[in-house]
Amino acid sequence: MKKSKILMIIGSLLLLGLFVFPLWNITLEAPQYPIPLGMDIHITKFVDTHEFDIKNINLMNHYVGMQYIPETIPEFKIFPWAIGIMTVLGVIIGFFGNHKLFLVWFIVMCILGIAGMYDFYLWEYDYGHNLSPKAIMNFKNPDGSVMGFQPPLFGSKDILNFKAHSYPRLGAYFMFVGMFLTFTAFFVGKKEVNSK
Amino acid sequence: MKTIFKSLLALTIVSTILSSCGNGGDKGKQGALSGSAAEKVYVAPGEHDEFYAFVSGGFSGQLAVYGLPSGRLFKVIPVFSVDAEKAYGFNEETKPMLNTSHGFIPWDDSHHPDISQTAGELDGRWVFINGNNTPRIAKIDLTTFETTEIIEIPNSAGNHSSSFVTENTEYVVAGTRFSVPYPQRDMPIKEYKGNFKGALTFISVDPKDGTMDIKFQIMMPGFNYDLSHPGRGKSHGWFFFTTYNTEEANSLLEVNASQNDKDFIAAINWKKIEEYVNNGGGTKAPTNYAHNVYSDETHSATSTMKKEILIVNPSDVPGAIYFLPTPKSPHGCDVDPTGEYIIGNGKLAAELTAHSFTKMLAAIEGKKFDGEAYGIPILKYEDILGGVVKQPGLGPLHTEFDGKGYAYTTFFISSEVVKWKLGTWEVIDRKPTYYSVGHLMIPGGNSRKPFGKYVLAMNKITKDRYIPTGPEVTQSAQLYDITGEKMELLLDFPTIGEPHYAAGIPAELIKERSKKIYKLEENKHKYVVKTEAESKVVRTGNEVHIYMTMIRSHFSPDNIEGVQVGDKVYFHVTNLEQDYDVPHGIAMIGAQTSELLIMPGQTETFVWEPKQVGVWPFYCTDFCSALHQEMQGYVRVSPKGSNVPVTYTLDGDAIGAE
Repeated sequence: MKKSKILMIIGSLLLLGLFVFPLWNITLEAPQYPIPLGMDIHITKFVDTHEFDIKNINLMNHYVGMQYIPETIPEFKIFPWAIGIMTVLGVIIGFFGNHKLFLVWFIVMCILGIAGMYDFYLWEYDYGHNLSPKAIMNFKNPDGSVMGFQPPLFGSKDILNFKAHSYPRLGAYFMFVGMFLTFTAFFVGKKEVNSK
Repeated sequence: MKTIFKSLLALTIVSTILSSCGNGGDKGKQGALSGSAAEKVYVAPGEHDEFYAFVSGGFSGQLAVYGLPSGRLFKVIPVFSVDAEKAYGFNEETKPMLNTSHGFIPWDDSHHPDISQTAGELDGRWVFINGNNTPRIAKIDLTTFETTEIIEIPNSAGNHSSSFVTENTEYVVAGTRFSVPYPQRDMPIKEYKGNFKGALTFISVDPKDGTMDIKFQIMMPGFNYDLSHPGRGKSHGWFFFTTYNTEEANSLLEVNASQNDKDFIAAINWKKIEEYVNNGGGTKAPTNYAHNVYSDETHSATSTMKKEILIVNPSDVPGAIYFLPTPKSPHGCDVDPTGEYIIGNGKLAAELTAHSFTKMLAAIEGKKFDGEAYGIPILKYEDILGGVVKQPGLGPLHTEFDGKGYAYTTFFISSEVVKWKLGTWEVIDRKPTYYSVGHLMIPGGNSRKPFGKYVLAMNKITKDRYIPTGPEVTQSAQLYDITGEKMELLLDFPTIGEPHYAAGIPAELIKERSKKIYKLEENKHKYVVKTEAESKVVRTGNEVHIYMTMIRSHFSPDNIEGVQVGDKVYFHVTNLEQDYDVPHGIAMIGAQTSELLIMPGQTETFVWEPKQVGVWPFYCTDFCSALHQEMQGYVRVSPKGSNVPVTYTLDGDAIGAE
């Protein structure tokens, strides 16, 4: 089998890592939490970093009127299908397609990824800004607007007494490496065609 | 003139330098004042101590937990006395822990903590401690640092030669200090001799969950049994008890029990007696004693009265018990890490006596007896003697070992700790204590593997050592570094009263297993509610049961109506938190009990009997959060027979309503 096809198939299959490992993680540090509170985001569920962390994040956040992190979200139904279909498509393309289709697959995957991040951003924005009118404590920004508590999309950010960290986890790295392999497969495939 | 002035000045300078050098030198000799002593006990903010020290609370009835080398107090574990801070003995759940055959006893005198062992080494699972006054043995679970079991010791009085464990924690022993009539009866005190008995009780410990059960009780002659220690290594299977008042005096003991030049150490081959008992030996006798067990699942204690006990008469098991003559009124009875030497700390003797276990076995083999007492053979002193420490000090009480061949003995009268060498019996060093030291402790000092870094001396008198607090001054312990040839006093620190005895253990052996929360889902309390929606108030006759929850920062329900004067109101309160170090408390105005202090996932109950009509508040007593001051509620109390219905709400809504 051609090298490019192998790369495409392996790259697509690496997406399956998302069914095992978390995609993303949000961790909250504070002086009172020497062991930080954290939440792993899988494509199917939210999981405590340490037992009861989500319950305790909710308890902390209710002081500023933030909503509880829901048990489940609609995305948990969509993500597994999207990843599953892309994996199957990738493998089929790997077996039967050419390098151009590899690139198409890669671009579709990028679009889906960006859409996913945008969706995540929207949820975070709502989570950080849609505050209860009966919030126990209200904070204003220096410009007088109501302070939001949106965690960062990527990176670290100070939110009141907490320092919030938002970073990809092992599942995401599987996906990144997989996508990189499929992108490489495109170039390798192109070279293979040209060298004929 | 100038020259004279100059030379005077020079002299002054020289003498100043000399004298300051001298001062410096003096200070250097006083270990406690030197910089290095301070460094050795300094545990920087946020750092952890190297050892736990479990120090008995004596007449407070409790057990205090300190860190070493800092001497910082971390917790007072309520054991035998009620504790309003923790609601121990006040809440409905722990009241049964203090039940005895004499009824509810709110106090005792706690003496000798000992840590459980496996293969002769500390395993850090439990601490056992004896209640001296109303004889009991308690077990503290070292995952929760809570008292989880108390067993009463029948036929005993002044439960003092207790609560030491064998090297696999097969047994924890409880020996009586006072001999008493057996069975207890109305009889003239002066007929003590021959009629009073000294019970030595062997309590088996379940290797899995630690459940205690009295396996057998040996009815010994009517001496006073003072302290005890297990054999270990080669002497595993034996237990040694010091005796005094072998004169069997019943009055003015300070004189009449101090007449014999030698008293005895009773050597008990418990393995032999165990075998005898397992083969059907012993006599089942009627009795009545309490066995109290606390469960971390129901968060409640139960008390069961036991009605039968197995009595062993020494003369029925020949070859199991011998007396080792020991000068004079020995207190501590200590076995070195190899199990070879049994040290008798004769508190009125001029010398310190070490019996040899090997020689003891040989003397038994060769029947080298020096008569007998109540059918128990007395071995010949000269034939069992391992060695004598000559001129060691005055009033030896207790010896511990560093595992490097040295022993450390306290001397009450001469107020010092003396270091001496096993085998050569030479005194190596002596350091004063301030003042009148009782027992001492080296972590693991009662095991095959001592951690010989520090010795902790527990003093009986402190006088001028601290800023005064009226006639009753603080109790005190002192820490010495024993890593060098000479001991170095590092630290004085105050303790709760009275620090009789201690057991120490490296923190690593315990701290990783220390429980952080109780899991709410595992809570099996009869009155638990696990969500706010389930919280409720139920009236049955004049009893009102409030199933209440607490979480940052409110109670549910927090407005309750329909309670009447004369009701008995039970607050069953569950802490819904599942976060480390977020307890909540609750207190009700006019409740004739203590607050509750409830750990995450736990349920506790207090009873309130309202006596006045009105609206009465309750509130959270443990500063739990930024909204702690808002954590409160009201109960409306109507006159007896009122038709105000029972209602209960949170934020104006009936609980459980959609």
